[in-house]
Amino acid sequence: MAADHDHPHDHQHGSELSDMQARVRALETILTEKGYVDPAVLDQIVETVETKIGPHIGARIVARAWSDPEFKRRLLADATEAVNALAGVDPVAAHLVAVENTPKIHNIVVCTLCSCYPWSVLGLPPVWYKSAPYRSRTVIDPKGVLAEFGVNLPPETEIRIWDSTAETRFLVVPMRPAGTDGWSEDELARLVTRDSMVGTGLARPPAEIGPRG
Amino acid sequence: MSNTIHDMGGMQGFGPVLSEPHEPPFHAAWEGRVYAMQRALGYSGLWTIDGGRASLETLPPLEYLAASYYERWFLGLEKRVVAHGLVGRDEIAAGRSLRPGLRLNRKMTAADARRLPLPNYERAAAAPPLFKPGDVVCTRNLNPATHTRLPRYARGRRGTVEAVRGCHVYPDSAALDPGNEHPQWLYTVVFSGRELWGDDADPAIRVSIEAFEPYLTAT
Repeated sequence: MAADHDHPHDHQHGSELSDMQARVRALETILTEKGYVDPAVLDQIVETVETKIGPHIGARIVARAWSDPEFKRRLLADATEAVNALAGVDPVAAHLVAVENTPKIHNIVVCTLCSCYPWSVLGLPPVWYKSAPYRSRTVIDPKGVLAEFGVNLPPETEIRIWDSTAETRFLVVPMRPAGTDGWSEDELARLVTRDSMVGTGLARPPAEIGPRG
Repeated sequence: MSNTIHDMGGMQGFGPVLSEPHEPPFHAAWEGRVYAMQRALGYSGLWTIDGGRASLETLPPLEYLAASYYERWFLGLEKRVVAHGLVGRDEIAAGRSLRPGLRLNRKMTAADARRLPLPNYERAAAAPPLFKPGDVVCTRNLNPATHTRLPRYARGRRGTVEAVRGCHVYPDSAALDPGNEHPQWLYTVVFSGRELWGDDADPAIRVSIEAFEPYLTAT
């Protein structure tokens, strides 16, 4: 278990978990016996979220936006429509909204009420996104939160926080790093991190990924 | 209840945000099972996404804070299957089924699970939107005893409509009864940091919420 930070109280950590395991197993048994769920379907759901859905999808969308101004225009106008028109990308959720970082504005996404997250393009949210520190502080102290992620913006940069209080889901399009002229979409996608698409990070500098290709 | 512990925006004292490098989707197998049960049963249509949220939000605050994310999901799910009559408390206690199940209207198949369903919450509108981008609006000071998606920090505040997002299922109604979608226009409303947090707030900050029309009044 690596999720210690999600359990600030260390007491009974082990016994809580084994208790949870037993209770979860019992509920699955009951739901299966009563015909409400099929364990094979549950296996498939887990496999889908563990292997198919993840930030590689969002990275591909961002790399396309960096490379193709017409796609970027459509993405910012209606992200669901633009992404679902892309060949080779599985359909993404309705109500997807893409917001663009610029030298003037830095966007950050949060869900103060729980954990709303654009999972169809980024996968399941990380523990920190669902944690009390992130949910509580991002709307009141975004610069403090960004500093904890190692992001320090010029003081004049406007910070725009998007609280996901409905079913609209926000994808941040980070700024394209300098020194990437002529890069292919596949190369560019390697610079796009999950955090850069939530707004708690920036795209990686080209030097960080080593030689191209 | 709307004024419960889940509504965390602007609270202080929870400490730093700690991120985990190379975090896996699930930290233990049981977390994946909870996620999957939640998704599979959610597909039945017995409750809406807001019905699910309400069951987490009404966990006792100490229980909510002490639980990890998927522990909360589990506690909410257990509560919900009992509340909807799918499972008896005696069955939870026994750890096995004691009587036949009810018939579900809709069950997720393996094919659905390979491409998880992507719901659409937009609905036909009964009337045109009251507001348009650029309008200055004020959020109502609402404190319902039932579910809402208007966070406390943004109640009774003056903001500007930035976008109209369509007419969507209204969480405040649908949480109580999945058959009562009561669709409402949805807006992105943006507030200055100072409007939300006072004169000492950083002038470089702006915060938006997604606000349903009943949350708003013209100023």
